[in-house]
Amino acid sequence: MDETIRQVLVEHGRLAVDADTISDQADLFASGMTSHASVNVMLAIEDAFDIEFSEKMLKKSTFESIAAIRSGVLEMAGE
Amino acid sequence: MTNATEVRTTAPDARAVAGAMARIAIEVAAPVADEVDRLGRFPSETIDALRAEYLLSAMVPPSLGGSGATVGQVSDGLVDLGRHCASSAMVVAMHHIQVASLVRHGRNDVLRHFLGELVAHQYLLGSATTEVGTGGDVGSSVCAVDMAGGTFHLEKQAPVISYGKFADGILATARRSADSPENDQVLVLCRPPGLVLEQVGEWNALGFRGTCSPGFVLKAHGDAASVLDDPYADISSQTMLPVAHILWSSLWLGIASSALELARRYVQSEARKRPGATPTAAPRLAEATAIHLQLTEMVRGAVHRYEEAEADPERLSALGFAIAMNTLKVSASTLVVDIVRQSMVICGIAAYRLEGPYSLGRHLRDSMGAAVMVNNDRIMGNNAQMLLVHRGE
Repeated sequence: MDETIRQVLVEHGRLAVDADTISDQADLFASGMTSHASVNVMLAIEDAFDIEFSEKMLKKSTFESIAAIRSGVLEMAGE
Repeated sequence: MTNATEVRTTAPDARAVAGAMARIAIEVAAPVADEVDRLGRFPSETIDALRAEYLLSAMVPPSLGGSGATVGQVSDGLVDLGRHCASSAMVVAMHHIQVASLVRHGRNDVLRHFLGELVAHQYLLGSATTEVGTGGDVGSSVCAVDMAGGTFHLEKQAPVISYGKFADGILATARRSADSPENDQVLVLCRPPGLVLEQVGEWNALGFRGTCSPGFVLKAHGDAASVLDDPYADISSQTMLPVAHILWSSLWLGIASSALELARRYVQSEARKRPGATPTAAPRLAEATAIHLQLTEMVRGAVHRYEEAEADPERLSALGFAIAMNTLKVSASTLVVDIVRQSMVICGIAAYRLEGPYSLGRHLRDSMGAAVMVNNDRIMGNNAQMLLVHRGE
């Protein structure tokens, strides 16, 4: 799962750092991901895992790190 | 007991704020509004009058000496100020937007102390959020805060700083540090003597001429704690953007109200000349009145929406809220032009003339500014982006 998330970040995150090596907990927004890019990341994550984030998950903190994205995906996949 | 020479030493009650602003609008701002517009000069007398009545600290909480006025109360005052002098109203609106941001997001001791000083000295705050080289995107910065030994240094090329020469402090956006990406921004309070502004160019614009908004090179240094506690992205979405869109829309409503009032008077004077015959422009007045009511209710609705969500950062950060506040700005700035334009057609040549009781030239020029200050196309682009993921309310 992490590999897929990192792949999405490489393609859509437009990070100022390498998305393959960035730490699990690193703040993606502080690493250069714009709100515009985060929307693309979210769309690509939804497509990759065939899920749809609920309204309450649609906030900055859901996408602030790889760990946060992972737990968001798990939460939505579990529902 | 009050009289004209008495100096007030305490802030007015929040409930008295809108009324006091309305009185100053009529007594002080209105008589010089045409001159302020014609000469493109700062409406000093309006700001001084607000200072004298402690109205620049209207939004500072009572615990720090201010009135603790709500966004709605200030909105009401700005409708009246916008009615009589849109330039004055824009200056006052922008000031309160800065104050609201400081109140919620400037929690450290230095900034709290500054708010106390702002009350005592009735400081006027300005804003430097745009920058040369970012293409109008306030969500990214080129300049960066340089921290060394508890002191910050900042230099910013600002294409516009409204009333920069008249402000007692300026909130500027910048990258958090030299290593930060362009969107990792902070908001910094820059104030004299650590603030120097070198003017670049002149302000000679179609409308809002009294806001005196040329470009500046801003050079500032000061206490490291002058950096507001929250990231600019949060300050913007939770406070600066919604408060800005509400307060701007309020003064645009004022411009529209003034234009419509002239149109109404014109139609009524026509009706008096020939009782029994409905004036040609009367149906258009009915149409313009309908649009005006839309605008009025839109501003009221937005105030209500904001005040309901105000205490909850999660709600303020929600997509639906951001989309609503963006929509307010785009719609209000479109409707104000519609209303002024319709009013001009109603009054005809009397409105087209630059002088005379029905002249609407200033209204039309000021109203056109609404769509270009934070360009509507950019805002709709942001909404389009958010709607790709928004799930509806």
